[in-house]
Amino acid sequence: MADEISVDALQAWLRAFAGAVAENRDQLTKLDQAIGDGDHGTNMDRGMSAVVAALDDAPPADAAALFKQVGTTLVSKVGGASGPLYGTFFLRLAGAGGAGPWDAETFARALRAGLDGVVARGKAEAGDKTMLDALIPACDALDAALAAGQPLGEALTAAADAARDGRDATVPMLARKGRASYLGERSIGHQDPGATSTSLLVETAAAELG
Amino acid sequence: MKKLINDPADVVAESLRGLAIAHPELRVDHPNRVVFRGDAPVRGKVGIVSGGGSGHEPMHGGFVGVGMLDAACAGEVFTSPVPDQMVAATTGVDGGAGVLHLVKNYTGDVMNFEMAAELVAAESGTEVVSVVVDDDVAVQDSLYTAGRRGVGATVLAEKIAGAAAEQGRPLTEVAELARTVNARSRSMGVALTSCTVPSAGTPTFDLPEGEMEVGIGIHGEPGRRRVPVAPAREVAEMLLEPVLADLDYTGGDGALVFLNGMGGTPLIELYLMFGEVVQVLEKAGVQVARSLVGSYMTSLEMAGCSVTLLRVDDDLLRLWDAPVRTPALRWGV
Repeated sequence: MADEISVDALQAWLRAFAGAVAENRDQLTKLDQAIGDGDHGTNMDRGMSAVVAALDDAPPADAAALFKQVGTTLVSKVGGASGPLYGTFFLRLAGAGGAGPWDAETFARALRAGLDGVVARGKAEAGDKTMLDALIPACDALDAALAAGQPLGEALTAAADAARDGRDATVPMLARKGRASYLGERSIGHQDPGATSTSLLVETAAAELG
Repeated sequence: MKKLINDPADVVAESLRGLAIAHPELRVDHPNRVVFRGDAPVRGKVGIVSGGGSGHEPMHGGFVGVGMLDAACAGEVFTSPVPDQMVAATTGVDGGAGVLHLVKNYTGDVMNFEMAAELVAAESGTEVVSVVVDDDVAVQDSLYTAGRRGVGATVLAEKIAGAAAEQGRPLTEVAELARTVNARSRSMGVALTSCTVPSAGTPTFDLPEGEMEVGIGIHGEPGRRRVPVAPAREVAEMLLEPVLADLDYTGGDGALVFLNGMGGTPLIELYLMFGEVVQVLEKAGVQVARSLVGSYMTSLEMAGCSVTLLRVDDDLLRLWDAPVRTPALRWGV
């Protein structure tokens, strides 16, 4: 198996994501106040702080155990819509990747399973102005880059670029899911908070796993 | 922000502490933030669990007791509870006849209750049926939104399903009654001021003096439109027009009329509004079969109100009149 991704690197990714969420906490909440219920930053920060505390307490032995712990912690601590969506994402990552060592291909397959989990849980699709608008292009870019023979680092950089573009593309969208959907036309012109945090997730993956 | 609190982070926990002391007939599981009926689980009785974000008091903890809810899960302010809480509530009220989850239609509430039901199914033999309440006519029920919000009808569904469960009716029947209440209920609300979420510290939205937001939800979400503040008579018409357009309430046994305060409107105004609501209903030919007036499903200190109509029949009326003993709703006992 080529280019094994160490559990330490995956842990570093999640810690970096927690850091990015804490740093962008107020921005995420501000984006959510504009079109949602204004708790995305607070909730994700509470969840990811709990994730870091759990990692400090008992670092998991393999990737599957790691993502399972992260998923359960988020489901248990976050609430709202973000808890089940991010929680399901990480739980599916664990299930699809399995306990053995992960390589780039395992990681991409797990990410795709996580994406499928978010679709199933949230019943949203591309263009609804949700976290999927960053996650779908990121998974597509990652798969395409790996299929073209690029190493994981470059493929994840491409995925992070796609996530950012996807996040920016939510600005002119009309929300069709979540609380923002009640705004109808008034949701246009605002960047989606979920797509913003998802973009942070992929960006930190590119920084830590490359 | 001026509030009678200590630390914004402790508001929910400290409020539950006070509730537990004030109502020794309830049992509060503090780590899980679940309010239980003191004698739960009641053997052979369908358990009824509801819950949602805090900040809507007395919804839901104030409706726990004989004839209504067996347990209520309290989330953070305006944030749905997490599945762990709902699992604790569900297993804690299972008296062997199954459990009904009454869920308001908000994305977070629906998803967390869904995960909780999956977890309960995986871990125990408890049968769980979920009914989602979505009575708010301010939101179009379409493919292009998360669907109508659950508002005032939740109180009515909890009371009626609770009474049916108390009578020993089976889970399928109790759930069907909750669905019927939801299908025959419509609501519409108006806000005169915003509320301030303690952890945010500033008002959720800016509503200038002289303006009101028509068609609000219970979290300070924007409504259908913003209009100049109008006399109560006109507000009653504004709220009832879409409700009456959506469902026919004339004929039969008439309607249960629920005028709900959003937390910051005194009873003197609520009764005044109720008088206006009844006048509009009389003009429309709707017979008022039962009334409920008060602040039962609030948005912290938001000023405003909502009107809910439920088309009733004999069975629903009997269940509505059945004894109830909870902190916020109490009669016949």
